[in-house]
Amino acid sequence: MSNITKLIIVAVGGQGNLLASKILGEAALDAGIQVQMSEIHGMAQRGGVVESSILFGDAKSSIIADGEADILLGFEPLESLRAVAKCNKNTEIITNMRPLQPFTSAIGLAKYPESEEIEKLLKAKSKNFLGFDATKLAIEAGTSLSLNMVLLGALAQRNLIPIGKDLIEKTIKEKTKKQFAETNLKAFHAGFQKALELSK
Amino acid sequence: MHKLLQGEPESRHFLLGNEAIARGAIEAGVAFATTYPGTPSSEISANLFEISQETDLYFEYSSNEKIALELASASANSGLRTLCLMKHVGLNVAADVLMTLAYLGVKKGLVLLTADDPFMFSSQNEQDNRYYGKLAGVPVLEPSSVDEAKEMIKYAFDLSEQLNEPVIFRTTTRVNHSSGIVEFKDITLPQTKGEFVKDPMNYVSVPAVSRKRHKVLLDNLEKAATISDSCSYNFIKGKGNFGIICNGVSYAYVCDSIKDLGIEDKVKILRPGLSHPMPDALIKEFLKDTEKVLVVEEGEPVMEEYVRSVAQTQKITCEIKGKHKDLLSRLYEFNPSIVRSAIAKFFGFENKSAVPVDISDLPVLPNRPPNLCAGCAHRAVFYAAKKAGGTDTLYPSDIGCYTLGFLPPVGMGDFVLCMGASIGTACGFSKSTGKNTLAFIGDSTFFHSGINGLLNAVFNNHDITVVILDNRTTAMTGHQPNPGVDMTELGFENYNQIDIEAVVKSLGVGYVQTVKPYNIRKTQEAIEEAMKFKGVSVVIAKEKCVLYAKQLGQGKKTVFQVNHDKCKNHRNCVNDLGCPAFYIEKDKVNINPEMCTGCSVCAQICPENAISPVKIK
Repeated sequence: MSNITKLIIVAVGGQGNLLASKILGEAALDAGIQVQMSEIHGMAQRGGVVESSILFGDAKSSIIADGEADILLGFEPLESLRAVAKCNKNTEIITNMRPLQPFTSAIGLAKYPESEEIEKLLKAKSKNFLGFDATKLAIEAGTSLSLNMVLLGALAQRNLIPIGKDLIEKTIKEKTKKQFAETNLKAFHAGFQKALELSK
Repeated sequence: MHKLLQGEPESRHFLLGNEAIARGAIEAGVAFATTYPGTPSSEISANLFEISQETDLYFEYSSNEKIALELASASANSGLRTLCLMKHVGLNVAADVLMTLAYLGVKKGLVLLTADDPFMFSSQNEQDNRYYGKLAGVPVLEPSSVDEAKEMIKYAFDLSEQLNEPVIFRTTTRVNHSSGIVEFKDITLPQTKGEFVKDPMNYVSVPAVSRKRHKVLLDNLEKAATISDSCSYNFIKGKGNFGIICNGVSYAYVCDSIKDLGIEDKVKILRPGLSHPMPDALIKEFLKDTEKVLVVEEGEPVMEEYVRSVAQTQKITCEIKGKHKDLLSRLYEFNPSIVRSAIAKFFGFENKSAVPVDISDLPVLPNRPPNLCAGCAHRAVFYAAKKAGGTDTLYPSDIGCYTLGFLPPVGMGDFVLCMGASIGTACGFSKSTGKNTLAFIGDSTFFHSGINGLLNAVFNNHDITVVILDNRTTAMTGHQPNPGVDMTELGFENYNQIDIEAVVKSLGVGYVQTVKPYNIRKTQEAIEEAMKFKGVSVVIAKEKCVLYAKQLGQGKKTVFQVNHDKCKNHRNCVNDLGCPAFYIEKDKVNINPEMCTGCSVCAQICPENAISPVKIK
C-alpha cells in the first residue's frame, strides 16, 4: 500500500467539503500526482452528511473502506466520530470541534455527545489527534464559510499528504472565487498556524 | 466559454465523471441530446444544457425518459449523433422504445446512457441495467474509471454506427460521482442538420417489417460478438493460474487488491468493457489452463452465468464462482476491502488488511436524516392534509423531495413505488379498501407520468383526491426545468409553459382548486372540500421551492421569532412541523434566523400566537 495516501473528509451539507476536495484534486493535478476522488452527497442540500474520499498516488479505486483511511479530516465533531470506523490505529484525525446540531438533537429527540467525550474517543481511536474550534478561526478570517480553508490549512501543516503548503495556497488563489480569495487565504493560514501551535 | 469547451487538446483536467462523460460526448461530435433528470446522471445533462446555449448542440429536458428516447430515435435516424441519458429506472420508462428501436436500428450513432445506482444512494431500487442489453439485443459498454468513461463514450458512438444499432453506455454512481484526471482530445465538429430518408418497409414496425428487422437485429448482434473479441476495451492483463473476470469499478478494486495482496504474478484479469455481447474467444482463452476463476461484478451474476455457460460448451471444468454467501453479494456496491477479502478467501491468500478501530464503545449518535428544508411549502401542505384527512386516510406518495414527508414528525406517505405511481396506486387502494385516499405528486412527476394516471382515474370514475405539490421546478435533482416552469425567469424566451390547472380541468376533473400552501387554513379547507367531492378531485398547492426562489433572488425578507413571554411550550410547532430552523435552548423553542425563510406556517399554528415576524435589517 506503499505510496498511496488515503484521506477521508466528512462534513455536513453546506460546509464546503466538496470545494476543499476539489482544491486538493486540482493541486495534485498541478503537482503531477495521480489522484482519485469520490463523493457522496445524496441529499446534502437537505441537511445530510457529505463524505468525500481522496486517494493520492498509484491507486485505481476512488473509495476508502472501513479501517483504511490514513487521515480523517472532519468539519464537524459528531460527523468525525460517526466516521471513525474508517480509521485504524495509525490514522491521524484532524477535526473542527464546533458542533452543528442535527435536527434530532436540536429539538431534544436525541442527545448530542459532550465535546469532551467526543475528543476523548477520537484521541483513543487515532495515532494523532488535532481538534480545535475551526469555525471560530473561519469567522475571524471573515466568514464562517471559510471553514473548509481553515481545515485545509491544518491539513497542510501536518504534512500528511504528498502536496505542499505552497501548492495548496496557489490552488486556492487560482480556483476559488476572486472575491473570496483573500479571506480564503487568511483562513488557510489561520488553520496552518493553529495546527503548528497545537503540534508543538 | 463553458469550461468543458476550454482547454487545448492534450491538456489535463481534474473532472467529475459526469463532466468527463459530457466532454467525451462533445469530443465525439454529439449534435442532439435528450434526457429526463435523475441522479446519478444529472451533472451530464446540466453541463450539456449549458453547452447547448453557446453551441449548435440541441439539448432538451424531455418530460419523461420514453419521450427523450423517442426524440433520440428520430434524430439518430436523421443522421445526427445522438445521446439520450437517464438514471437506471428511467430506462424502464423508455424500455418500450428501446425494444423496437433495436429492430429498426439507427443511421447515425445513438448512445443510450443509463446511470445505475448500486446501494441506492438516491434511488428506489438497484436494478442491474446490463440485462437491458440482453433483452433488447444491443451492445453494452461499461467504463471502469473517469478517464476511461470519456474515451469509451466516443467509442460507443463509433460502435453504434458500425452496427447501426443503439448502444447502451452503462455507468454506476461510483463512476458518475468520482473525479479523476482526464486528458482533453480534439473536438469533432458535429453535423447538426439531419435528413430523414423515407423507407417505410424498414421503419414502420408492422409485423411483416418487424419479422424482417428482427433478423437484421440478430445478424447485427452476431457482428457485435465478433467485434467484442477484438475490441480494445476487452482485454486480458497479467499471467497466472488464477483468473478474475471483472467489469466497471470492480476492475479498479481488483487491480488495487491484487497489488495489496502481493499476488500480481499469480492472477490474471479479464476485463470486458464491451460486456454485451461477451467476448467468447477471449473467455475461452482465459479459462484455458486456469485453475479457478472469480467473477467480480456488482449487482446480478450476469457475467458469471455467461462465463459458466462458455465453460460448459468448452467442457472446461475449472471452478467458477462469484455471487456466493461467502464471497460476493448481489446487494449494494462493492469497495476495495470487500473485493480484497473475496479474492484472498477464494484463492487462499493471506489478507493483511488494516484493522478498523473498535467502535463498540461509541455512544448512540444522533442521526442526521435528510429533512424537508426550512420553509419548504411541502411541509405546509402535509400539515394541512393531515388535518383534513386524519390518520385513517391512505396517502400514496411519489418520487421527489416530498417523498421525505413520510418521515416523522410529518409522517405523510404510505406507499411509494415509482415515478407517477401515486395516482394509479391511489385508485387501486380506494377501490380495493373503500377508504379515503389522497395521493401526493410533484409538478415534474405529474408531467412525467402522473398525468396518465389522472386521465385513467377520470375515465374509470375513481373516488380519489390528488394533491399536486407544484413547487415550480424539478427540485430533487437540482432545479431542472419541467413543462410547468416559467423559463423566462431563467432568461429563456423560446419555451412555452403548461398550466397544471388548465390541464387538470381539461381532463374533466370535477373538483379543482389552486391554493397557496403557506395559507394553512385555506389549504386545509380546499383539501377537506376536495375529499368530500365524489369522484376525482385535485388540489394544486402552488408555491416555489424555497431554494429555487432564493436562487432567483426571490427569497423572503422576513424571519419569525418566538416570543418567550407568550410561548407556553405546547411545542405544536416542533412536534407537528419539524422545521429544521427550530432548536431548543433552556427548554424553550427558538428559531434560527439564518435558516428561517419567513414562510409563517409555524406562526399560523401556534395556539398562543407566540411566533411573530421580525424585519431583517
